[in-house]
Amino acid sequence: MTFPFTAIVGQDEMLTAIIAAAIEPRLSGVLIFGDRGTGKSTAVRALAALLPTITAVEHCAFHCDPADLPTLCPDCQTRLAAGHLPTTTTRIPVVDLPLGATEDRVVGALNLERALADGSKIFEPGLLARAHRGFLYIDEVNLLEDHIVDLLLDVAASGENVVEREGLSLRHPARFVLIGSGNPEEGELRPQLLDRFGLCVDVKTPTDIATRIEVVRRRDAYDSDPQKFAAQYAPSDAALREKIITARQNLPHITVPTEILELGAKLCLALGTDGLRGELTLLRAARSLAAYEGQTTVTAAHLRQMSAPALRHRLRRDPLDDSLATTRVDRAVEDIFSPA
Amino acid sequence: MSPFDPSWDESATPQAGSFPDSILAAALLAIDPTLTGLWLRAWSGEPRDAYLKNLTTLFPPGTPAKKIPLSITDDRLLGGLDLAATLAAGRPIHNSGILQDSHNHILHIAMAERLSPQHAGKILAQLDHGAPLTLIALDEGILDEAPPKNLTERLAFTIEALPEAGAPWPDAEQIRIAQENLAAIHAPEHAIHHLCTLALAFGVHSARAELFALRAARASAAFSGRDTIETPDIELAAKLVLLPRATRLPAPETEPESAESPPEPDPGEDQMQPDQKLEDSVTDAQTTPLPPELLAALAAAAAPTRKTRGGGTPGKSTAPTRGRPAGARPGPLTPTARLAILETLRAAAPWQPLRQRAENQKIAIRKDDFRIKKFKENPRAIAIFAVDASGSSALNRLAEAKGAIQHLLADCYIRRDQVSLIAFRGQTAEMLLPPTHALARAKKTLSGLPGGGPTPLATGIDAARTLADAERRAGKLPLLVILTDGGANIARDGTQSRPAAAADSLTAARACRAQNFAALVVDTSPRPQKFVQNLAAVMGAKYLPLPYADPKLLSRAVQAEGARHAGHH
Repeated sequence: MTFPFTAIVGQDEMLTAIIAAAIEPRLSGVLIFGDRGTGKSTAVRALAALLPTITAVEHCAFHCDPADLPTLCPDCQTRLAAGHLPTTTTRIPVVDLPLGATEDRVVGALNLERALADGSKIFEPGLLARAHRGFLYIDEVNLLEDHIVDLLLDVAASGENVVEREGLSLRHPARFVLIGSGNPEEGELRPQLLDRFGLCVDVKTPTDIATRIEVVRRRDAYDSDPQKFAAQYAPSDAALREKIITARQNLPHITVPTEILELGAKLCLALGTDGLRGELTLLRAARSLAAYEGQTTVTAAHLRQMSAPALRHRLRRDPLDDSLATTRVDRAVEDIFSPA
Repeated sequence: MSPFDPSWDESATPQAGSFPDSILAAALLAIDPTLTGLWLRAWSGEPRDAYLKNLTTLFPPGTPAKKIPLSITDDRLLGGLDLAATLAAGRPIHNSGILQDSHNHILHIAMAERLSPQHAGKILAQLDHGAPLTLIALDEGILDEAPPKNLTERLAFTIEALPEAGAPWPDAEQIRIAQENLAAIHAPEHAIHHLCTLALAFGVHSARAELFALRAARASAAFSGRDTIETPDIELAAKLVLLPRATRLPAPETEPESAESPPEPDPGEDQMQPDQKLEDSVTDAQTTPLPPELLAALAAAAAPTRKTRGGGTPGKSTAPTRGRPAGARPGPLTPTARLAILETLRAAAPWQPLRQRAENQKIAIRKDDFRIKKFKENPRAIAIFAVDASGSSALNRLAEAKGAIQHLLADCYIRRDQVSLIAFRGQTAEMLLPPTHALARAKKTLSGLPGGGPTPLATGIDAARTLADAERRAGKLPLLVILTDGGANIARDGTQSRPAAAADSLTAARACRAQNFAALVVDTSPRPQKFVQNLAAVMGAKYLPLPYADPKLLSRAVQAEGARHAGHH
């Protein structure tokens, strides 16, 4: 029984970013930066309950998508060639990648038990396999060890996990949305990894007493009786879930007018973001937001709202200058959206 | 009802006030296990053992208390295949890890100050999955070491002082009664308001801390036999939960004499700023161009090539058991070794026809067949800056020194090194910034560094060496960067004497050399000082006079130095 998503107090930017990523997986993830104890993990865990179900191949370790034949894992391809694939519905997975997880656990490894029992070479799928078509959550992402970061970068870029170890040689699809959280005070994130996250939000501890009291009160109520508390929020969680499912369905039909494209390009140019990824992400995020709001066209307001989360981590910066990137984005947004 | 009500009956219930804080924390933890644990900062020994033993008696009879040693391996922690037994028997033999079925156990995390955040993460993952656990982090760190923050954040209480021998403990029955009443304790609106206001005033940023405080207050009310949270409960909760997490002290409201209280440290700063004297001057960092790659050259110089032969070199590190896989080698299956199954089977294969096998054993494997995975791990470098912030230095060129450090910090960022900052002035050396990757913080700390006072150079070098030693033990590659104008005038024992101070500084420098630390001594005096030059030589460090106005000169000097070092390899 997780803490209900709709019971989270405040933190609007974080919640919007998570919802946007849930609607549009191609946003490839959300990075949540902030102090400890600001509800980052709570929000990510609550997300799992909001996600729609997916159709997957039955008994497939990677829950392959039967509708997407080119991405089928080798096992499913063999089964497909032999006949037809039995399908099942399952929840979109949200998988935790704990700090200190070994490479074996992340990538997958030789199944020791089988290897020792009868000498057979069986692949034991790892966390990347479990996260396929879902979300991979890394708390304290900035403390993750380098060799794990390296392999994540590779897999996140290619959407495929290539295993070449212990005499195993196989590849399987691993397309997932990365969700990371961390406290930047305790360590920086490598720019390459930063770039893999579509959206980046800063979470602040609320400083007004009323909000803080409400946070404590709700959490306390939840801890005293999780069932009762969850039941209270079940209708609003269900409504949000419906809204996300509808938005996912409508997403391909959302149009982006030319002037919005131009605005986005102008903004990225003004901020000097590297490459096209920023622009693309900004548009996807704005489109996702429009879908969420039940609209058919992206407006300047959507673009504006998503510009900070889509761009603040893409600015070239001096590592020693921690003047907030948010401020710079806000200033550029102000310049471009409200011309004198 | 409050103690001020006439109906208050003191004899009816245990008085929270009659127990010391450390015992109260243990009691509250036993009453409400969702408080998760405590961070116990105390040396090991009789008093600590007694405390832990008494703490266990507050929990339900038969509650197991297990110790998690620092060296625990993943399979002992999380469970898994017992490889040695499996291979001997020829069939899978599992062992259960400490964290498996650890429901309602008390876990003592030994030497928590040496625990890595990654290791702590594995234990915390258990909590995330809702396993009720009580964690006691045993921290013997002295000033420079502390358990990882992801762990301490999850522990409600911090205990700095153990109870005196013979202090009374509540009995288990009191705890049990309190536990029964816990759910019914009323938390009035104003109590929550009060706790949140306090948290805000103390600069506590975590909602988890506020929640811990509320639960502690509730447990305290239950312990004292109240049915509502009242002021004493709030005070206790604030003292045990919020105060240890405070990043600032609330502004004094009425009493003017409390102006003596320490000045507000920066948020996020654990230690107090040095007392700022009137003559102290904060100088801004000045851009002093330093050649790039300076630290890289230094790191190269520190690489294992300089290692002395023979056992017990301080820098000696054991074979890494994590990192990138780098093949396999024959070897014993020690608890930390990871077996390379395939290579092992391959090694055993040719011998199978000759070996006798037990009845249901398919493969016979002998010790000689074991192949152990090799890993390659690049040691992380940490640059330890020891800055002379004395009056003479401030007058001379503290600003330029700051600029130089900033330059080196940018270098660190590129190489993803950690940095740490020690300042020495007056009587002491002070760690301004514990090892961190957050260079923006380093820069902030640096620009706020005041100058003034005499120069305890020896103490500064000692502090840097102690830290370097600790970091090396943690498997990192320390680089010392000492910035001084060489005007040492405070000896190690704190007396003011130039000759003694100079001699002590040289002794301290010699100690660095004995431990083979890579070091750089930057001379910040107006013109190069013989003494600083000498100091660098004794330390086995590179000597670098910070040029007054000609950065090119410095550039050339360092390039020459770099080339000289490169020639060594």
